[in-house]
Amino acid sequence: MLIAFSIMLPFLAAALIPLIYRRFKNIHLGWFVLIVPVALFSLLATYIPRIANGEVFIKTFEWIPSFGINITTYLDGLSMIFSLLITGVGSLVILYSIFYLSTKESLHHFYCYLLLFMGAMLGVVFSDNLMVLYVFWELTSVSSFLLIAFWHHRKASRAGARKAMTITVSGGVAMLAGFLMLYVASGTFSIREIIANLDVVQSSVYFVPAMCLVLLGAFTKSAQFPFHIWLPDAMEAPTPVSAYLHSATMVKAGIYLVARTTPIFGGHEVWFWAVSGVGLLTLFWGSFNAVRQYDLKALLAYSTISQLGLIMSLFGLGSAALHFGYSTQSVIYTQATFAALFHLINHSTFKGALFMMVGIVDHEVGTRDIRRLGGLMSLMPFTFTIAVIGSASMAGLPPFNGFLSKEMFFAATLKITQLDIFSLDSIGLLFPIIAWVASVFTFIYCVIIVMRTFFGKIQPDRLEKPPHEAPFGMLISPFILVAFVIGIFIFPNVLGHYILSPAMASIYPMFPSVEEMTPHIAAWHGYINTELIMTFGVIVVGVFLYRTLKKWRPVYLWIPQSFTLNAIYERVINSSESVSGRVTNRYMNGNLTYYFVYIYVFFVTLLAGYMIYADVFSWNPSKDSLIEPYELVLVFVMIAAAIAIIFAKQRITVVLLNGVLGYSVAFFFVVFRAPDLALTQLVVESVTTALFLLSFKYLPKLKNEYISKSWRFAKVTISVAVGATVTLIGLAVMNYDRFEPISKYFEDSYDLAGGKNIVNTILGDFRAFDTMLEVVVLFIAGLGVYTLIKLKAKKGDGDVESK
Amino acid sequence: MKVNDVILKSVVRGVVFIVFTLGMYLFFAGHNAPGGGFIGGLVLGSGIVLLYLTYDIETVHKGMPFDFKKVAAIGVLLATGSAIASIFFDVPFLTQTDGYYNLPLIGEKHLSTVTIFEAGVALTVIGTLVTIILNISEDE
Repeated sequence: MLIAFSIMLPFLAAALIPLIYRRFKNIHLGWFVLIVPVALFSLLATYIPRIANGEVFIKTFEWIPSFGINITTYLDGLSMIFSLLITGVGSLVILYSIFYLSTKESLHHFYCYLLLFMGAMLGVVFSDNLMVLYVFWELTSVSSFLLIAFWHHRKASRAGARKAMTITVSGGVAMLAGFLMLYVASGTFSIREIIANLDVVQSSVYFVPAMCLVLLGAFTKSAQFPFHIWLPDAMEAPTPVSAYLHSATMVKAGIYLVARTTPIFGGHEVWFWAVSGVGLLTLFWGSFNAVRQYDLKALLAYSTISQLGLIMSLFGLGSAALHFGYSTQSVIYTQATFAALFHLINHSTFKGALFMMVGIVDHEVGTRDIRRLGGLMSLMPFTFTIAVIGSASMAGLPPFNGFLSKEMFFAATLKITQLDIFSLDSIGLLFPIIAWVASVFTFIYCVIIVMRTFFGKIQPDRLEKPPHEAPFGMLISPFILVAFVIGIFIFPNVLGHYILSPAMASIYPMFPSVEEMTPHIAAWHGYINTELIMTFGVIVVGVFLYRTLKKWRPVYLWIPQSFTLNAIYERVINSSESVSGRVTNRYMNGNLTYYFVYIYVFFVTLLAGYMIYADVFSWNPSKDSLIEPYELVLVFVMIAAAIAIIFAKQRITVVLLNGVLGYSVAFFFVVFRAPDLALTQLVVESVTTALFLLSFKYLPKLKNEYISKSWRFAKVTISVAVGATVTLIGLAVMNYDRFEPISKYFEDSYDLAGGKNIVNTILGDFRAFDTMLEVVVLFIAGLGVYTLIKLKAKKGDGDVESK
Repeated sequence: MKVNDVILKSVVRGVVFIVFTLGMYLFFAGHNAPGGGFIGGLVLGSGIVLLYLTYDIETVHKGMPFDFKKVAAIGVLLATGSAIASIFFDVPFLTQTDGYYNLPLIGEKHLSTVTIFEAGVALTVIGTLVTIILNISEDE
C-alpha cells in the first residue's frame, strides 16, 4: 500500500503545484517540491533492513483483471536500488535547482514536469505488470521531452527534445510488441509469474523475437549504440535536468529493464552477445567520442553513454551464469552483475556531481566551451574539488568508488574469457582488450575535464561573466554526492550487504545462496593482480595520449560528416517527412468523391471479403417477424427518395430528399419502439437540414460535370457492392453464432448493474471504460478548440520558429 | 445596432427553466428510463447556451459565475476519480455499486455510484459545450 502511495505522491504533488505557485509567489517553488522526494527517500530507506533480510513487498490492485492487467507494486532488492537513486538523486537535484533556476523562469512548469517524471520513473521500477510498466515507461519519455524542451524558445532545445522523444518512444513501441509476445508465450503479464513458468516461455517460438524487441526498448532508453545520438542533443535541457534524467535515472531505465528481465532471457546466447556486445561497443564509442568534444556538457553526455555501455555489458557478462543453472562454479560469473549494480550506484554519484559542477561553471562563468575556460582553480576552489573527485572516480582511480567497480569490471572481462560457451574462448579475448582501450579514453576525457577547466591560463576576455565561487546552496548537493563517492570507497561492503545483495537475489532468483554472490569488495587484494596492472597501464597510456592529443586529433576526421549516425538520422527523418508528404498529397486531394471511394472499397473488401472467407452467408426467414404493410410503404418511400437523389438537378431537391430519408429512418425507430433513438434521429435530421438551408446561399450550384463512362461504371459498382454487403450482413446476422451473444448481459442488466435502462447500463457499467475515456477525449477536444481560438499567434509572431 | 428582442427574452425566461428541469429529469431518469449523463448534460448545456444567446455574456455571467473550462475539468476528475476510487475498496477499476437506502423524509430510494460517474460525464459535456460555443462566438 505504501509503495503504491509512493508512486502516486509525485503525481498528486504535480497536480497541487499550480495552487502552491499562486499562493506563495515570493518563496522559491523548489522548497515545496523538495518535500516530496525527501519524504519518499526516508520512507523507502525504512524498508532497507527488511529488504536485506530477503523480504519482498507485493500489493495488487485489480485494474482490468479480464486482460490480466493489474497494478501490482513489487518492492524487492532491484527496485530498491533504483527507487533510492530516483528519490535520493532527485532530492539533491531539486535542492540544486532551487539555486540554479531563478524565479523568473516558469518554475511551475519545470517542477510539474519533474514530478511527473519522478512518479513515472517510480512506476517503472515498482511495476510487476508489463503493461503498467510500459505505460510508465512512455510517460518518462514524454516528461523527458517536456523537460528537454523547457527553454522552448530555443530551436536546439526543441530539436533535441524531438529527437530524444522519437528514438525512445519508437524503442518503447518495439518493447510493447515484445511484451505482447511474452504474454502470448506465457499467458500472463506479470514478470514474477513469467519467471515462475520459464520452461513454457523459453520453449516458445516467440522467445528470441520477444527478447530482441525488449532489448530494442532498453537500448533506445539507455542510449546504447547506435541509438545514443539523442543523448548529446538532450543536453539542451537545463543542467539539473541533465544531471537527473540523463545521467542518474531515466537512462538507467533501460538498464533496469535488462536487469529485471535477465532471469527470463539470461543464459541465452543471443542475449549474452547482444547485451554485452552492444554494451562494449557503446562503452568504446562513447569514450572515444567524448575526447573530441569542446563543450563540457557534450563531453559528459558522451561519457554517460560510455558508462551506460559499461553497465550494460556487465549485465550481459553476468547473464552467462544462468546458462549453467546453479552450481558453485557458476556463481563466480555472477560477479559481473554485482559489479554492474555497484557501478550503477557509483556512476549516479560521480556523474551527478560532475553535471552539477558543469552547471556551476556555466552559471558563474557563462560558457561551457573548454577552449575559452581555464585557470579557474584558484577562483572556484570548491567547484574544483568536486571536479577532481568526480573525474578521478570516473577514471577509476583510488581512493574513490569508481576504482572499485572499474576493478571488478576488468576482473569480470578477464574471467569471462575462461568460459568455453558461446565461442568465448576465441572471440572472448576481445572483451578485456576493448574494455581496456575504452578505459584509456575514459581516463583522457576525465583529465580534459579537470585540466582544461581549472588549470592553464585564465582568459577573462573570453568569458561572459567575471568568475567567482558559486553560492553555498548550489554546492550542497554536489558535496553530498562526492561525500558518497569517498564514503562508498571506504565502506563498500555496507552497501554490498544491504543494497546490492538483495538485488542479486532478484536477478538470480533460482540461485539459493545470496552470500555466495556477494563478494567481499576490497581495494587492495594483498597482491598485484592483472586488474591492477591494467589500471596502471590505463594511467600511463592515458597520460601519454593526453600529452600528444594535438597530434592524433585528426583521427576524428576519418569518418566523413555525411556518414555519421547523426547525419543518417537526419536524412531518414527528412526524407520520411517529404515522402509521406508527397504520398498524403496524392490521395488527400480534397475531392470528397475520392474519399468515399477509399472508404467504401475498404469497407466492402473487408466485410464482404471476411464473409466469403468465413462462409457465413445464411438466410433463414422462419424466425423473422411479420412485415407490416406500412413498413413496406416506408421502405418504398425511402427507396424512391434515394433513387431520386441521384437524378436530382438542384441542390435544394437533394437536401430535402435527404431529409425525407432521415425522417423515414426516425419513423422506423418509432415503429420498432425505440423512442430515444427516434428522438435523437429527429433532432439530428432537423438540425442538419436547417444548417444546410442556412448555409444554402453560400453553396455553389450543382455542377453538371462530365464523367467518363468507366468512372461512372466504377462508382455504380461500388455503390451496389456497398448496398449488397450491408443487406447481406443484415440478413446473415440473425443466424450468426460464432461468438457468444452478449445480449444476456443486457437482459440481466438490473441484477448486474442495478439499472433498467440497458443503454445506460452499457454506458455506465459494462463499457464504462469507453465512456470514461470518451469524456476525457471530449474534454481534451474542448481544450483544443479553446486554445486554438484563444491563443492564436498574433501577427508578427511568425518568427518564433526561426529563433 | 440595438435589436428589439422583448419576445425572445420573455419566452426564454420561462423556457430556460423548463429546459433545465427536463435536463435534470433526463439525468436522473437515465437509470431505468431513457436519459442519462450525456443527454442530460447536452440539454442543460443547450439551456445555458440559450441564455447566452438571449442576454449578453456579462449578464449571464453575473447569474452563473462559473468558468466552464473548470466545470469540464471537474467533470473529468469526477468521472475518472469515481473509477479510481473503486480500487481503494479492493474491487477492480471502474466497479460500480448500488443499493437501496432508507433516507429520511423521502423514503426508500435506490442509490448507485454510477450517478457520480454520470454526473462527471454530464459536467464535462456541459463545460465543453459551453466553452466551445462561447469561444467560437467571441472569435472575430
